[in-house]
This record gives sequence, C-alpha cells and structure tokens, in this order.
Amino acid sequence: MMRSTLGDNIHGDEELLPVRGGYIIITLVLALLLNLVPLPGWLSSATPDFVALLIVYWSVFQAHRVGLWPAWVLGLFMDVADASLFGQHAMAYCVAAYAGIFVHRRIQMFPMSYQIAHVLAILLGQQALQLLIRLVANAEPPDMLYFVSSLTGAALWPALVGILMLPLRQRTGPEEV
Amino acid sequence: MPDSAPPIFKRGPSLIIRLVFFTILSLVLLVADARFRYLEDIRSGVSVVLFPMQEAAAVPAAVLERAGEFFVTQAALYRENEQLKRERLLNVSEVQRIKALEADNEQLRRLVNAPPIPTRERTVAEIIYESRDPFTRKVVIDRGTMHGIKTGQAVVDHLGVIGQVTRAFPFVSEVSLVTDKSQSVPVQSVRSGVRSITFGLGHDGAVELRFMPVNADVQNGDLFVTSGIDGVFPAGLPVAVVTNIERNAQSFARITCAPAAAVSSYTRVAVLADPPPMPANPLTAPAPPKPVPPEPQQ
Repeated sequence: MMRSTLGDNIHGDEELLPVRGGYIIITLVLALLLNLVPLPGWLSSATPDFVALLIVYWSVFQAHRVGLWPAWVLGLFMDVADASLFGQHAMAYCVAAYAGIFVHRRIQMFPMSYQIAHVLAILLGQQALQLLIRLVANAEPPDMLYFVSSLTGAALWPALVGILMLPLRQRTGPEEV
Repeated sequence: MPDSAPPIFKRGPSLIIRLVFFTILSLVLLVADARFRYLEDIRSGVSVVLFPMQEAAAVPAAVLERAGEFFVTQAALYRENEQLKRERLLNVSEVQRIKALEADNEQLRRLVNAPPIPTRERTVAEIIYESRDPFTRKVVIDRGTMHGIKTGQAVVDHLGVIGQVTRAFPFVSEVSLVTDKSQSVPVQSVRSGVRSITFGLGHDGAVELRFMPVNADVQNGDLFVTSGIDGVFPAGLPVAVVTNIERNAQSFARITCAPAAAVSSYTRVAVLADPPPMPANPLTAPAPPKPVPPEPQQ
C-alpha cells in the first residue's frame, strides 16, 4: 500500500466515499452485538473488545465527527451487559476515544506496524484503567490472560481497516463519471 | 474531503475539557454505583434496551447447539434414553421414600409444635451468557422481574446451589455465583453438623470456609449443605465439598472447598421463590438476613 502526502488517508490516493453518520452508528451497534455473543470462558478472555476497537477506529479516522459521547454511551451499555461497575467501561472508552483523536493525525501517516503498536497501547491503556477502577473498588486482580483481548484486538486492526473501508470504495471508476 | 480538513473555527469546548467532563461524569456514576447503589433504575432501563440485542447475539450459539444436537447418533440417543429410564426408576422409589419421610416429619413436627417447613415455588431459567467481567463470577439468566424474579432469590441446579440473584432487570437477571468474591452462603456439614459460611474466592472452582477454628471437626471430602438459617437458601441443598485443609495457619484453619453445583457448565437453573413469611419462632429471635453469624445449636 502506497503512502502519500500529509493530510491524505492511508489508503494511498484512492478516493473513498464520504462516511455517513448512519454507517458509523451501524458499525458501532454491530460491535456491541459481537461483544454480547455468549462464549465459553476460556474463549471470552481471548476475544477482543470489539466496541473499544471500533471506538478507536472511528476516533482515528473520523476524529472530527465522533466525539467522546458515543464512547461514553456505549461504555454504559457494556457496563450493564457485563455486570461491571456503572461507569467503568464508559470512562475507559472515553479515554480510548480521546487517545485515538489525540494521535489521529500522526497515526494515519504511519505504516501498518506502527499503527498496530499505537492501537495496542490505547487498548492496553483502557484495560489498565478498568483494572485500576476495579482494584480501587476492592476486586480480586485477574490473571494475566486479562490483557490478551487487547493483543487480539490490535492484531485484528489491519483486517478491521480493510473491512470497514470496503463499503466506502467507489463502485465506478473515475473515467466513467 | 471536508472531514479530514482541520477545523478553521473552534467548535464547542476543547477535547481535553470534554474528556475531563466525561471522566468526572463516569466517576460520579462509579461512586454512586459502588458505594450507594443509586443507579439500579438507570441500569434496568439500559438493560431493557439491551435485551433484544442480547437475544440476537445469542442466536448463533443456539443455532450451533441445535446443529450439534441434530447430528447426535441414534445409538447415543438410545443409550441416553436407557440411562434416563434407569435413573427415573431409581428416582421414583427415592421420591416415594422422601414423600413418606416428609409426611412422617410433618407429623413429628406437629407433635413438638414446630412450624411446617415451607415449600418454594421454582422458576426454571436458562443462562444466556457468562458475564465477560473478569473481576466477578456472574451469569445472566433469561428471566427477570416480569417473570417474578426478585433480587436476593436463591438459584440452584440439579446438583446444588449455584448462587443468588443480585440484580433483577425486567427481562434478565444477574446471578452471582457462589464462587464470586462477594457471595457467601451459610452452610452446615452433613457429617459433623458444624456450621460455617462459604465465601467465594473470585475464581472458578473454589470456595473457602473462613473463620473456622484450627480444631474444627472438618475432614477432606465433607459435604457442606445450606443450613437454612439465613432465610434465603432452603436447608439441605449441597453447596461445596471440602478439598483441602491447612491447620497450621495462625488462628484459623484454611479450608478450601469445591462447589457441588456444576458452576461453570450448566445451562438451565431453577430460581427459588421467596419463602412464605415465617411465623415468629418462640425459641430464637428471627434470624437476620445474611451474613449470619454461626449460632450455637440448641
């Protein structure tokens, strides 16, 4: 994949369709659905937190449209679904969205490996924040498998970028227009 | 693209201000939830919105299970059927014996003027999913306040006590397993009659009997059943089997048990309704809700 000048997106000089608000909402709802899929215990610690991943994705690629409040609302939903403390995911997702927006200019310039490193750092950071909240609330610390979901989440990043850009590809070539 | 261009005019408060705002809002929620439990109504509102999504998300697993069931061989079905028939025969005789004992017991209790043991309504529920939260041991079941589930009710499976309903939403409920760190069940040893309380350890497959003296009459393999003095769990349900005892601790023995119920592998559970209000017991003061201090046997 060819990288181009500053301000362009990472997908080379291919022009993508503008992202609609509905598309963002649909992908976020799908991520929430994926998070709700019941899985056996050993698998559920390895599956990525799709909502966190999508929040990072949209805050990187649509930094000016996706603010912090979608992250906060989705966090509240995850808190109820996970039976965790009310506000735990909300706070962590907000920080993740903030971090995504904070690095969005630079991350789009980077090759994929650097992007993955950034995403991994953000995902680990939001998990660490949740861990901190729970430890303050007097919970038992979990085993190190807890952080595996961030690793798998970051590993999914290239695939996520590819998949989410698919519907935004222009159907007709520029010469037909 | 208009989106990727930097904004010329500042819109709204800056990002860091918004982050601080949402962080403080989350902190307020956290404190209100963790310390005061003010937010149960908001929680149940969110849970109602979430319920159709949870149902939808559970469809693939259900389909897979169906598909798995479809490909069961006839031989396996036949074998299972035979086994169930045999078990049923055994159970029938057992049930008859229990009925006779029950009648006998009731008569004896009437002789000594003891109040009859109340029977409980049961609601069968299915576990939708295990909570992803790695800090707690909770499952979510598909019955809620609309089906008569209330916070605090006991949940059992065919082997013993699973836990207690800790949050009841309109369509679903959260059940804290006996292995949850905040869950405790008053129990009694079948062999020696020693009373104790099990405490969850926060991970699968183990609970602990705390504050037991070093010389307590407990052995490996002892079955502990609910003592019934808490008024939540009916007496006599298996809770845990002792697996390890360390008596060289400073002041208390460390007693670890394995839960009797299949705490992480069941799919169907029964929720026991609240007991009917008991008449005042003339011998002892009404037992306070748990945690109940172990009281001497009379």
